[in-house]
Amino acid sequence: MIMPKVTLNALIPGERCVIERIESGTMSVRQRLLEMGLTKGTNVELIRFAPMGDPIEISVRGYRLSLRRVEAESVIVSKNSHQ
Amino acid sequence: MNSLKTEIKLRHIAIIGNPNAGKTTLFNALTGMRQKVGNYPGVTVEKKEGRIIFEDGSEAILLDLPGTYSLTANSPDEKIATDVLLGRVDHTPLPELVVCVVDASNLERNLYLISQIIDNRLPVVVALNMFDVAERDGLKIDIQKLSAELGVKVIPTVGSKSLGIEELKAAIAGHVEPSSRSRQWILPAPVQEECDELKGLLQQMHRLPEPIAFHEAIVLLTSPSALSEHNDRYAPGLIEHVKRDHQKLDLLGIDRHSVVVESRYEWIKRVCSAATVSHRRRGMSASDKIDQILTHRVWGFVIFIGLMTIMFQSIFSWANVPMELLGDGFNWVGAQVYALMPAGDLRDLIINGAIGGAGAVVTFFPQIIFLFLFIGFLEDTGYMARAAFIMDRLMSKVGLHGKSFIPLLSSFACAIPGIMATRTIESRKDRLVTMLVAPLVSCSARLPVYALMIAAFIPRKTVLGIFSLPGLTLVAMYLLGLTAALSMAWVFKKTLLKSEAPAFIMELPPYKMPSFKSVLLHMWERSLLFLKRAGTIILGVSIVLWFLATYPKLEHASPSEQLNQSFAGRAGHLIEPIIKPLGFDWKIGIGLIGSILQREVFVSTMGTIYNIKDAKQARGNVSLRQHLQQDVDPVSGLPTFTALTAICLMVYYVLAMQCMSTVAVVRRETNGWKWPLFQIGYMTALAYSVTFIIYRIGLVLAEG
Repeated sequence: MIMPKVTLNALIPGERCVIERIESGTMSVRQRLLEMGLTKGTNVELIRFAPMGDPIEISVRGYRLSLRRVEAESVIVSKNSHQ
Repeated sequence: MNSLKTEIKLRHIAIIGNPNAGKTTLFNALTGMRQKVGNYPGVTVEKKEGRIIFEDGSEAILLDLPGTYSLTANSPDEKIATDVLLGRVDHTPLPELVVCVVDASNLERNLYLISQIIDNRLPVVVALNMFDVAERDGLKIDIQKLSAELGVKVIPTVGSKSLGIEELKAAIAGHVEPSSRSRQWILPAPVQEECDELKGLLQQMHRLPEPIAFHEAIVLLTSPSALSEHNDRYAPGLIEHVKRDHQKLDLLGIDRHSVVVESRYEWIKRVCSAATVSHRRRGMSASDKIDQILTHRVWGFVIFIGLMTIMFQSIFSWANVPMELLGDGFNWVGAQVYALMPAGDLRDLIINGAIGGAGAVVTFFPQIIFLFLFIGFLEDTGYMARAAFIMDRLMSKVGLHGKSFIPLLSSFACAIPGIMATRTIESRKDRLVTMLVAPLVSCSARLPVYALMIAAFIPRKTVLGIFSLPGLTLVAMYLLGLTAALSMAWVFKKTLLKSEAPAFIMELPPYKMPSFKSVLLHMWERSLLFLKRAGTIILGVSIVLWFLATYPKLEHASPSEQLNQSFAGRAGHLIEPIIKPLGFDWKIGIGLIGSILQREVFVSTMGTIYNIKDAKQARGNVSLRQHLQQDVDPVSGLPTFTALTAICLMVYYVLAMQCMSTVAVVRRETNGWKWPLFQIGYMTALAYSVTFIIYRIGLVLAEG
């Protein structure tokens, strides 16, 4: 079964997923996201949206990270069925 | 101060760590108050050094490197940290030892930086900080295992409670070897082969030592921009080689940009599973519960606006007392000099030029101290990141970053700390835009001008039952400043400083109790920096302005006549044709010239022109108001000042750059005169045209 492409910004608060890859975005944004721990296979949970709907807050590797929807759009994830 | 000779003999130790890992608290604990703040040559990154004294009485220099997540440079701050560790910074020797501060409660991401530093083959000691938080969270770390995995000494510390400081000192007092283990993260085989080959070439062609050659080889192979940024640093043959490598790896389907980061994180996973046992409780942490309120759709805003209101109220009301005390103090010193010295130009220069100028600098000091105190608390508790989180959407509408909000907000008190607060902004262009528009936000120095004009010319009417017209006018001025700042930011981002919307990738650290010591130290450093930066220029300009207002001398003239005939007075007459279209006469012209130093000088200049004896008292004095109200143009017989003139004057003061201190700080922060001069130019043009339009509209309305 082919899974549809899901991006990090499409999750709802409380939803968990696993990072597949970082696709688009500028090189420096990609590099920064990777270094902040968003590498392939990492578990991520969407915590909340900011009061005005953007940016978003995620939990990754035991800490909290905020990023804009535009940036989250470049993070391809697969929804985790194990959790 | 020690002589240069002993400086060279001392060991240099650098302290580095992720932001929010508690590095500054540890730095303070290790050095006590033996610190000094300077700048790295050529960049406006703060260089903070301290002296550490060991048990046997020997000393070492401890260099506090800017907080960074990685050695792959992003912001100027992070670049400096990398360059120091590679020995690439002038006048900063390669550190003999690196203390890495690691947040124990956030081990995985913090170990990323460690893995990069260990690769550099520098002797490393790890301070496993916030050890108590990790234990409270249910994370058990086996120190010995972690130490064995990393191959370096690991000392558990709790900076906020000064635990483990002596052990850390003891660990860095002696001789420390680089990590006993060779690199453990494993690159995929093809990448490893190219990396080894390139490392050999770098050692051979550029005579780089092994660890640095390895670091450069990795950066060249995997960083998207290294080749284009530094191609002047490498031999042409080497660049060709790197380009071929890129093609080869791309053909193999290897994602060059993520391969190193992924390899490192895989190693980190192995280290963590070997050295830690997690019993993290499921469910919400205290920080989560706080965030449910502080970043709530409704309450988040209410609390945010409430906090900011309290902050400004207190800056205005609390700082007022010491400001007046300082002002009185300078007046007292002036009076003493007046009594002690014989009458003459020198006495006048010292009292009105030097003491007056120094007073102008120092009276701002309390506001700046209070602002930095508040900002320090907001930063130290972790709220500052939430403020950026909440406000980012709004700031992104004008193309800026959530982090630009705080500098703009600070500028309500004074643009100088606001401009200094832009240092946290990573993108150079965004930082510049924020600096360019920050002085448009109405600072406290405009308040005396607004107060005088509103009290004298805005009728005390009630609008809509509850609002007073003077109050509304004041609010309108503040809103005008903010609107102008945001609009100009938008314009600059679209035109002159066009760049992509900045990335907003920011950690939201858990809330914590602030460390009073750190906050106070930080406040003090920042405030002194302001005195150093702005003080000399302000003093110089105030002496020049004194000269212009005093010469040429007239015999037996009243102060008013004297000022009228002085260079400044003549200049006021000279610029009258230019400012006439705005409804300003030569008297206001003199006031505008005096305001070049700082805006509230306008009030005292008006005092002198209208012969108010003690101009310093004119601010609250009724007589200056009455003089202004009764002043009549000798030719037309019409009043010099009307409500329209007053509004035009206030609008001009909202938009014009009339603050030497700000110019001085922008020059310092941008390393040149280009941007401060541009800033003066665009703000004057903006002020002139907007005031002109308002004056014309006002005249038409008055007729109709």
